[in-house]
Amino acid sequence: MKEPLVRIRDLVVTYKTRAGEVRAVDGVSLDIYPSEVLGLVGESGCGKSTLGTALLRLVRHPGRIVGGEIWFDGRNLLALSEEEMRRLRGAHISMIFQDPMTSLNPLQRISDHVVETIRTHKPEVSEEEARKQAAELIDRLGIMAERLDDYPHQLSGGMRQRVMIGLALALRADLIIADEPTTSLDVIVEAQFLDLLKELQEEFGLTILLITHNIGVVAQLADRVAVMYAAKLVELADVEPLFEKPLHPYTQALLASVPNIRLEGDTLKIMHGSPPDLIHPPPGCRFHPRCPQAFDRCAREEPPLKEIRPRRWVACWLYDTEHQTQNPESGTQDP
Amino acid sequence: MASISEAQPSPLIRLWESRKWYGAEWYMTAVGAFIVLFVVGMTIASFLTPNLAPYDPEMRVADPFLPPSPGHIFGTDQLGRDIFSRIIYGAQIVMQVALLSATFSLAVGVPLGLLSGFLGGRLDQVLSLIMDSIYSFPGLILAIALAALLGSGVLNISIAIAVVYVPIFFRLVRGQVLSIKQELYVEAARSIGAPGRVILWKYIFPNVIPSVVVVFSLNIADAIITEAGLAFIGLGVDPSKPDWGYDIYRGRSELVGGRWWLVTFPGLAIATVALGFSLFGEGLSEILNPRLREV
Repeated sequence: MKEPLVRIRDLVVTYKTRAGEVRAVDGVSLDIYPSEVLGLVGESGCGKSTLGTALLRLVRHPGRIVGGEIWFDGRNLLALSEEEMRRLRGAHISMIFQDPMTSLNPLQRISDHVVETIRTHKPEVSEEEARKQAAELIDRLGIMAERLDDYPHQLSGGMRQRVMIGLALALRADLIIADEPTTSLDVIVEAQFLDLLKELQEEFGLTILLITHNIGVVAQLADRVAVMYAAKLVELADVEPLFEKPLHPYTQALLASVPNIRLEGDTLKIMHGSPPDLIHPPPGCRFHPRCPQAFDRCAREEPPLKEIRPRRWVACWLYDTEHQTQNPESGTQDP
Repeated sequence: MASISEAQPSPLIRLWESRKWYGAEWYMTAVGAFIVLFVVGMTIASFLTPNLAPYDPEMRVADPFLPPSPGHIFGTDQLGRDIFSRIIYGAQIVMQVALLSATFSLAVGVPLGLLSGFLGGRLDQVLSLIMDSIYSFPGLILAIALAALLGSGVLNISIAIAVVYVPIFFRLVRGQVLSIKQELYVEAARSIGAPGRVILWKYIFPNVIPSVVVVFSLNIADAIITEAGLAFIGLGVDPSKPDWGYDIYRGRSELVGGRWWLVTFPGLAIATVALGFSLFGEGLSEILNPRLREV
């Protein structure tokens, strides 16, 4: 097994609010290996985007990284100075944002965006050289060279999102964090965008952390999937085994609620209840109030994320070896 | 080439065609622009040639108190000077002071507002406190105090007026920076590792410019009135030079004798020019901030 490119250990990010402290990421540990696409899925507000911004140390105010370590390329990002961190952003870790409509400066030409990204980190590259590189890059992304001097408002949403990948690729960043990159695109453009991303990923061996709530996108692009629920990772597995046999009851419910063309029966399964309040998370397993298979232990003790078989991690008491002797199905059922 | 120029009309033509978007108000902007161009042009011309006016504005050219007539269309004042000529040359001081003071306040208020909004923290608190205290003074009173302190002269009067308007630029720019700072493209700029000064200079500042331009024009209108006010109470630039505000001051005692033209024409000049810059500024703001149009 290759050395991981990123090692996140016990990361805790909190947002201070009037009502109390929201632990948006609560003790997450995760490895990202070079040249893999790791899908990070979960419902809105589960902390997946916060995790993404924490990797760049750009968590929005009033959010703060309060604990843990993020190891990147042998360095703990949380121990770097602001200036060292700034040098890393864009050059080694890049981000593609959710909304391409507002993530480009409306008063800067497309070429200026790319040139600036290059020259921020490599001031020795001349303006003309940077422009040439920008032109090649734009061409590779399937945008005509004459659009290089357009302003963002002259491009379509799909084109702008491609420009955003271009910015991430401009310096061959080692890690690209794509935060819901296709959410604001329509399905056709989304498909084109994902094809392009896949192509570029294979061509350049990109490492991508793909944050999304769209299971379909993950299935299409990811090598491994991490499922997040209420600020914690609940399951981590390779993409095929996860889709074939989801282990955690939350993952099962998540996959069952995706509309499927081969849907059996005529009703779509829905998940009952709502996501927990992260200021006062439920004791024990955070999913137990909504879990159809919960039993008494779930409300008392929090299940750790354990590797129950190679490359298959799950945080659920159902798969606890001690528990296996008792019959999990006979546990207390939640109404 | 022909087809391209057909598809893409020149910016001037597009501006002209865009007038219909601005409802009935576009011609007010045009009137404002005309007055602004006219006054600025006249001022520049008056510096270049001493013969712009029919008479020497500082010399006795006829009997005092002549009412408006074909020879002296605005009449003459108590010293027999031609009021029309005095108005033409009086624009020099008003325009100099108005432009200089608005430029000074812009040059101080905009950078401070940018830094204050961008850096935040202690600096922002202190600067905001200072600016708000200046802002809480009635403008003309503060300008009178400063003008009395600094003395006369174009530069001193301009500085006195500029101090009053610095907070306007400061507050405008600071507010804009605070909102632009939250835009995704600023976050995106951070995520590519752009240093703070680049974010401020290339991502935030250009997006602030449109509102600054608008306020600059409105500010000139205000400064014109303030300058006239200062001159009226005797804190003008130079009593020997023609000055609209000072001419009103000297003419006001003649009003009782029915000699209305001494006060009326300089007053109209001030009102027209201030109105021109206001209309122009408001029009610019509608063109540059399309969202305002719907209100």
